[in-house]
Order: sequence, then C-alpha cells, then structure tokens
Amino acid sequence: MATETHSAEAAAAPGMPQLDFSTWGNQIFWLVIALIAIYFVLSRMALPRIAAVLAERQGTITSDLAAAEDLKVKAQEAEDAYDKALVDARAEAHRIVGEAKAEIQSDLDAAIAKADAEIAAKAAESEKAIAEIRAGALDAVKVVAADTAKEIVAAMGGKADAKAITSAVDTRLKG
Amino acid sequence: MADKAETGGLVFHPMDQFIIKPLFGEGAITWYTPTNAALWMGFAVIAVIVLMVLGSSKRAIVPSRGQSVAELAYGFIYKMVEDICGKEGVKYFPYIMTLFMFIVCANFLGLIPTAFTPTSHFAVTVVLAMAVFLTVTILGFVKNGAGFLSLFWVASAPLALRPILAIIELISYFVRPVSHSIRLAGNVMAGHAVIKVFAGFAVITLVSPVSVVAITAMYGLEVLVSFIQAYVFTILTCVYLKDALHPHH
Repeated sequence: MATETHSAEAAAAPGMPQLDFSTWGNQIFWLVIALIAIYFVLSRMALPRIAAVLAERQGTITSDLAAAEDLKVKAQEAEDAYDKALVDARAEAHRIVGEAKAEIQSDLDAAIAKADAEIAAKAAESEKAIAEIRAGALDAVKVVAADTAKEIVAAMGGKADAKAITSAVDTRLKG
Repeated sequence: MADKAETGGLVFHPMDQFIIKPLFGEGAITWYTPTNAALWMGFAVIAVIVLMVLGSSKRAIVPSRGQSVAELAYGFIYKMVEDICGKEGVKYFPYIMTLFMFIVCANFLGLIPTAFTPTSHFAVTVVLAMAVFLTVTILGFVKNGAGFLSLFWVASAPLALRPILAIIELISYFVRPVSHSIRLAGNVMAGHAVIKVFAGFAVITLVSPVSVVAITAMYGLEVLVSFIQAYVFTILTCVYLKDALHPHH
C-alpha cells in the first residue's frame, strides 16, 4: 500500500523533485520575498547597528589606550617626583644626623671634661683622705705593736720597760 | 514482486524529502501557495532576524554570546568583501551579506531532522546565481563600458594565444552561474540524500549500528558542508564582483 502511494508520487514528480519545473515559480516567488525581507532587515537595522557597535568599541579601545598612555606618563612623573623626594629626604636626614652627632659630640665632650674635673677633684680628695688614714693607721699600728709587745713580754715573765718597747717597735717598723 | 521480496522491505526514497508540498490541503501548487519550501525560507528569515537584529539589540561594548556571533558574521563577510573587491566593493556588502545569511541559515535549518532545505533546490540556487551573474555583468558594463570586455582579452598572454584564451574565458564566464548554482544545491542535496540512504539501511537489524554511525558521520560532514558551501557561494560572488569592478587582469 505504502509502495503504491510512493510510486504514485514518484510518477507525479518524476526523478528529482528539483527538476519538477511546476514548482519553480512558487519557489522563486517565496525566495524573492525572503531575500527582500532579509535585505531590508539587514541593511536597515542589523548592519548599521553592528557597524555602529564595532565603531564605538574601536573608539572606546582607542581612547582607553590613549588614557592608559596618559596615566602611564603620569605614573612615570609621580615616580620621578617620589624618587626626588626620597633623595631630598635622605640628604636632609644625613644633614640632621650630622648636626645631631656634632651637637651630641660637643655635649659629650663638655660632660666628659666636667666629669674628668670632678673625678680629678674627687681623686685628690680621696688621696688626701687615704694619706690621712694611712698616717693614722701607722700610729695605731705603733700603739698596738707596743701594747702587744708589752703584753708578750709580760706573758714571757719579763718586766718590760714601756719606753724601751716603744723604741724597739719603732726601730722595727722603720726597718 | 519478486524483487520486492528479495529486498525485504528495503525501500529507498532518498529524494522524497525534497518534494514540495502545499502546507495546507492537497491542491495544486500555484505561484503563491504557501509550501514547505516557503515555510523553511520563512524560518531562515526569522533566524537571520533573531541572530542579526535581536542578537545585536543591546549594542553592548562587551558583547553577549548572541552579539558576538552577529559581529563575527558581519566581520567575516565584511572582511571578505573588502579583501577581494577592495574599497569600492564595500558598497555591495549588504547584498552579499543577504546572500550569505540566507544560504547559511537555510542550510543549517535544513539539517534539523524532518526539516526542508530550500537551498537543495535548483530553483533557489539558480535564482541566486543568476541574480549574481546578471548584477555582475550589468555592473561591469555600467562601470567600465566596453572596457569590461578586456576581462576576456588576456593582455599578458602572447598575441597569438589571445583569441583562443578569449573564447575559453568567454565560455568559462557563461558557465559561472551554472557551476555557481549546481555546486550549492548539489552538495546540499547529495548530503541529505546520502543520509536518507543510510537511514534506509537501518531497517536491517544487523546493519543498523553501522548505519547509525554512518548517519552520524555524514551529519557531521553536512554541518561542515552547510557552512563551507555558503562560504564558497559568497566568496565566488565576491570574486565575480571584483571582475566587474576591476576587469583588467
């Protein structure tokens, strides 16, 4: 049954349907309408719009590139200014450090001189005190030595003359 | 009947898909009858509108996917026209874009299963090719006058050879619309018919896996062919247009 319908259709459109010229007029009519529709849609709406978008994008890119170039130059300038400021600040810092060092040095020198003077005074005083103490100690040693000798002599059973012992101690201490 | 029994229900009607039928009823096809061909041409128009008009409607600086495709198509054809025809050819860019968009949309829509492919019909491609041929010929004479005939007179060849070359050039010039139209319709039709033949083999259980693989492979090839044939048609149009604008070799 199906085959029969097919053969009937095949008879109606022999071989290739493409060569059935009875449909050509119809196809050409609709094709022309379709092409005109596409042409108007494209030329009136789509193509100008896309061209505008592309041009706008190109413009944006160009101006962005120019802006980037500008910013780059500005950044370079800022960097130069920064470097200069840094160099200035470094020189200033050096100057301040030098000044401070000199000031401190002079202060230090004055303080050292003052301290030296004080130390010298203190040392002289101490020398004097030590000399006194030494003199005092020598007298005390004499007395103690005489007393001790007297006691030792007494303990040994002798009667000691105070004067003789003192002179003996003195000669001993001198020797 | 014996033949039919041997083939075991293997019935090939690879060309049935190209039959033009009225959309409504069964009547005869007059010149204005809405047919399946008209329907799919209409779909092609809608596809062009969706892609090119709706796709670009946002006018975004950073394009969306749809807009990218529209811009790509625009740039592709614009560059082709400019490269081949030069600055003077840019004027004809909308016409060439119309041809390209119609063919590429009709080809791709025709790849949808059960779809109809208008570009598989010689009626369509012959009209397209003849439109290009007549436009280019008339344009050539309008722009260059009789100087357009120098297209056939190869000045760089030896004088003795020139008449012979002129005949060859003349023949090749008039064969252009034939090859231009048959190339497109023939490629599209052959691909669809081959897919249909493989589909017919799928009836046999043993062969059906092979058949399915073959259909898949052919379909992939057809996707390529759909684009390439639209591209070839467009680029040849540009070449012919260049001949009309600059006929001197």
